[in-house]
Amino acid sequence: MEAASKLDVEAIRADFPILQRRIGDKPLAYLDSAATSQKPVQVVEAMRRFTDHSNANISRSVHTLGAEATEAYEGARAKVAAFIGAPSPDEVVFTKNSTESINLMAYAFQNAAFDPAADPRFKLGPGDEVVVTEMEHHANLIPWQQLCLRTGATLKWIGITDDGRLDLESLDEVITERCKVVSFVHVANLLGTVNPTSPITRRAREVGALVGLDASQSVPHLPVDVTELGVDFIAFTGHKMLGPTGIGVLWAKADLLAAMPPFLTGGSMIKTVTMERTTFADAPAKFEAGTPPIAEAVGLAAAVDYLDKLGMANVRAYEKELAGYMLERLETVEGLEIIGPRVPIGRSATVSFTFEGVHPHDVGQILDAEGIAVRVGHHCAKPTCERFGVNATTRASGYLYNTHEEIDRLVEALGQVRKVFG
Amino acid sequence: MNLDELYQEVILDHYKRPRGAGLREPYEGESHQVNPTCGDEITLRVHVEGDKVADVSYDNVGCSISKASASVMYELVNGATVDDALAKLAEFTELMNSKGQSEGDEESLEDAVAFAGVSKYPMRVKCALLGWKAFQDALIRAEASSGRTNA
Ligand SMILES: Cc1ncc(COP(=O)(O)O)c(C=O)c1O
Repeated sequence: MEAASKLDVEAIRADFPILQRRIGDKPLAYLDSAATSQKPVQVVEAMRRFTDHSNANISRSVHTLGAEATEAYEGARAKVAAFIGAPSPDEVVFTKNSTESINLMAYAFQNAAFDPAADPRFKLGPGDEVVVTEMEHHANLIPWQQLCLRTGATLKWIGITDDGRLDLESLDEVITERCKVVSFVHVANLLGTVNPTSPITRRAREVGALVGLDASQSVPHLPVDVTELGVDFIAFTGHKMLGPTGIGVLWAKADLLAAMPPFLTGGSMIKTVTMERTTFADAPAKFEAGTPPIAEAVGLAAAVDYLDKLGMANVRAYEKELAGYMLERLETVEGLEIIGPRVPIGRSATVSFTFEGVHPHDVGQILDAEGIAVRVGHHCAKPTCERFGVNATTRASGYLYNTHEEIDRLVEALGQVRKVFG
Repeated sequence: MNLDELYQEVILDHYKRPRGAGLREPYEGESHQVNPTCGDEITLRVHVEGDKVADVSYDNVGCSISKASASVMYELVNGATVDDALAKLAEFTELMNSKGQSEGDEESLEDAVAFAGVSKYPMRVKCALLGWKAFQDALIRAEASSGRTNA
């Protein structure tokens, strides 16, 4: 509780106007931050200030606004780099979202297949293996699955235990000498599991595979230092970390980015162009074809500032305590079954559950009538659902602005669900 | 929000005691439909005899709205002529697209008018239409294979 008290949640809530909303006559309890977080006024104001004062395209004009916009955009890159402990801002590529970041990586492999001079680390073909886990969001499954289908490589995955943890016992079997890349979710969006990274990165290194993280649910919630993690790439998305939609990040080691063929091509990513051929700019520009999300980068930088000021260790401590409270309270609800780890260790404040045979759609609808916003469905993790024999779950996910009282309201409202469907 | 309007007695009753549930033979057309946003699924079979829908049988997983809707549909189209069944399909679809502006004609839609309230919830309209979509598709397949039975 001591660490938790380092966040002044009342003061934080005052920065999020949407949290004052009422749904019908009930105050909003927003428990869907794993889908997208809310944005503090600081983020919206930074974007507005930029738009009202400095808006211009970047790297193209000599005028004052152009210079200011370029500075703001590159400043955002530097801020994000520092936030995740990246050795250089040039290792930070801005994308549209996590999904695009992961596709950018997967397409580096696919495009390398057509290039005889490609770096051997990206050469993939029959006999080679790609490893993910059974708890991936579709964003970190389908790009690799399709890559394997197209190149003839084999997709393998680390399974899940009944407790909702990765089955690390099988690690040596799943990750073999044939493996070229391991991409796994850092914090699982359906199960709420915080995966240990070192056993997997160690094994990946042993076999000489590249290793990356889908950090979409970790960067917003806990301290992430890419150097400490010892991975080759991570992907995350602005809108889950208090930032705007329309911007995501791929971080990858400089030497990898240098070796990777581009994903999207066009303006702003070139050195020279003739009608016959093109030489590409250095990273990160090589991967940022076209006009990037400039105002969104400014917003993301403001979100990073906001999180930095609170301190990610404090955010993590608060949410760990919140996760404990969610688990403890939800466990008291008769007929409710938690899908995922049931103890607040190695766990985020994202809790999925089934309830008494009532379909999650119906649960979500009744909770909505009480002003409580949760997500229902398969959470873009159908294989995870299948692993646990469910079609869908109800998922409550907390963030730094959620309170115990909101969890109490959730638990109480589940009683209402029973009344309607009991 | 008025929950009673959405979860009317009739709907809850059909949800708890679905009519005509289970897959049966013979049938000429079968359709499998999923709602990709929530994972709801239905497998539905149609048996046509002459110009009549002689049986509609189904197996589904889903929320109360989608399950109740399939049950209500069964009552409406089972034993009806194919033309009448298609007319009900059109009428119910129109009701679902009415955004809460229509009450539905109880004469012809019977229990299905209870779904009028659902039309105000865009996220749930797809649930209510899933079974009907399967019925429409199965009917097309039955016509395509007309004459032959899978029994
Ligand atoms: C673990 C995980 N990976 C990837 C994504 C995809 O993020 P986006 O939709 O912003 O690309 C999400 C969010 O839905 C997620 O939770």
